[in-house]
Amino acid sequence: MARAATTQRKIINTAFAWMVGLLIFFPIMWTILTSFKTEATAIADPPVWFFFDWTLDNYRVVQERSDYSRFLWNSIIIAGGSTFLGMLIAIPAAWSMAFVPSKRTKDILLWMLSTKMLPAVGVLYPIYLIFIKFGLLDTRIGLTIVLMFINLPIMVWMLYTYFKEIPGEILEAARMDGAGLREEILYVLTPMAIPGIASTVLLNVILAWNEAFWTLNLTAAKAAPLTAFIASYSSPEGLFYAKLSAASTMAIAPILILGWFSQKQLVRGLTFGAVK
Amino acid sequence: MGRIVLDQVTKSFGDVTVIPPLDLTIEDGEFAVFVGPSGCGKSTLLRLIAGLEDVTSGAIRIDGQDATDIVPAKRGLAMVFQSYALYPHMSVRKNIAFPLRMAGMDRAEQDRRVDLAASVLNLTDYLERRPGQLSGGQRQRVAIGRAIVREPAAFLFDEPLSNLDAALRMGMRLEISELHKRLETTMIYVTHDQVEAMTMADKIVVLRAGHIEQVGSPLDLYRAPRNLFVAGFIGSPKMNLIAGAEAAKHDAHTIGVRPEHITVSATDGEWSGVVAVSEHLGSDTFFHVHDTGLADTITVRADGEVGFRHGDRIHMTPRADVIHRFDEQGLRIA
Repeated sequence: MARAATTQRKIINTAFAWMVGLLIFFPIMWTILTSFKTEATAIADPPVWFFFDWTLDNYRVVQERSDYSRFLWNSIIIAGGSTFLGMLIAIPAAWSMAFVPSKRTKDILLWMLSTKMLPAVGVLYPIYLIFIKFGLLDTRIGLTIVLMFINLPIMVWMLYTYFKEIPGEILEAARMDGAGLREEILYVLTPMAIPGIASTVLLNVILAWNEAFWTLNLTAAKAAPLTAFIASYSSPEGLFYAKLSAASTMAIAPILILGWFSQKQLVRGLTFGAVK
Repeated sequence: MGRIVLDQVTKSFGDVTVIPPLDLTIEDGEFAVFVGPSGCGKSTLLRLIAGLEDVTSGAIRIDGQDATDIVPAKRGLAMVFQSYALYPHMSVRKNIAFPLRMAGMDRAEQDRRVDLAASVLNLTDYLERRPGQLSGGQRQRVAIGRAIVREPAAFLFDEPLSNLDAALRMGMRLEISELHKRLETTMIYVTHDQVEAMTMADKIVVLRAGHIEQVGSPLDLYRAPRNLFVAGFIGSPKMNLIAGAEAAKHDAHTIGVRPEHITVSATDGEWSGVVAVSEHLGSDTFFHVHDTGLADTITVRADGEVGFRHGDRIHMTPRADVIHRFDEQGLRIA
């Protein structure tokens, strides 16, 4: 009997997991499906699911109307640059907090996280004015810096939890085994820290890639990344759903592929500390 | 060679003094065990010797050389940690070879020594595995392997068996003792388990609050504990400590009688009481006796065949020649 109960339970659990998974995936799937429809089928009521005349027209139109590669390049620079800059600050910060904690370490960490509780729009004005003042509006450098600051608390937190997991005794063992500071960092610390650094980098590239509030508000034409590329296809009138979907699909494709190949790292990064 | 001398060593963390001035000599080839309740400073003392903590004042000499300001890497000591502290990203072979690699030894010699250590420790089949794929006992062996390959002046063990289950612990205890007999290298072993101390040590150092309470061979400590603390700490089950009128009869403030030095009888004896719990171990039986008018509980060891039960009234007689006497300060009266 017990076995039957567990089998039943397993089926229910699996079904539930699939349901949640599909629910989360549905908007993405719908976007991708819509991108292959004509504008008319895109708004058909009742909606058409899979049986329509699949077309690549939307992609052709989008390609003609705007320069995808320029937006893509901006996205790469902004996401990559902000992550790189952020890591330069976050690694030493998290390092010192994990290995040389002081009485205030926990407070500092909480304070950093608390900045994420502020709605972004609350600081839009000051930042906008600062950007005008320093001529950073619609520049890649300006966006890179802002996104770096936006994600910095998360980077420090993630790295901190990772570094915290490296047991001090292992470093002491290395010292007892005759390793100097250089060998200790090179052969023991770095190999143990790399998985944590890698997942932090990945997560932050994704966060920066998808960031829309600041990228839309602080760019016009020159520095606009893929988020702006998507937004440019939403218009107050006319039929635009299919083209918008095509643009969206093109924008998320690179990051989706990156995420797919690194899902193991990512899941480990997001659930770190929870599973162990 | 590994003669270790602590000369007026102290250690403070901020305002808190963990080790007040302390002198201790561990002879070359000796198996010394630091034992005491948790928080007594035994691990701190070991870490001071290792160099993982700096002494606040005093000097540490290893083989006559002042090692006080030498970094751990250069002291020539090997340490086995409670958590094993293996390098999780390296194979067993690389873990064991790590100190040799740090010493810049050539590859062939490294391999030769690792293979030798592995065969001694029954690790030959596991050399290519990662620590995560090993059982607790095997990890412990890898940690010991990493310590022995470099032929250190002394081994430091920091509660190495406390993460193992009882059966494994007994096996490893024997292995470490055998290793000591074979290598004849100085070993310093920290534990809170007095059974480990009694069975392994040449010399036991009993610590309390950073003070050395007594230093001596296991039997010295068993036969002649210098004070009440050592009397209560060494021996299992604990010595019965009796104060008051009964002690006054022996011209002492407190007397101590070990459970194994009391004989029990159903009919007559010097003391009497009611059995609260009887523990039958097969070879021995321990009675925990209440209502004796001497102490809350008197523990008595009897033969495995003796069959008193809960609620039985029994009579007990201590062996007069092994009664330990202590004065008001808790010090032994010779």
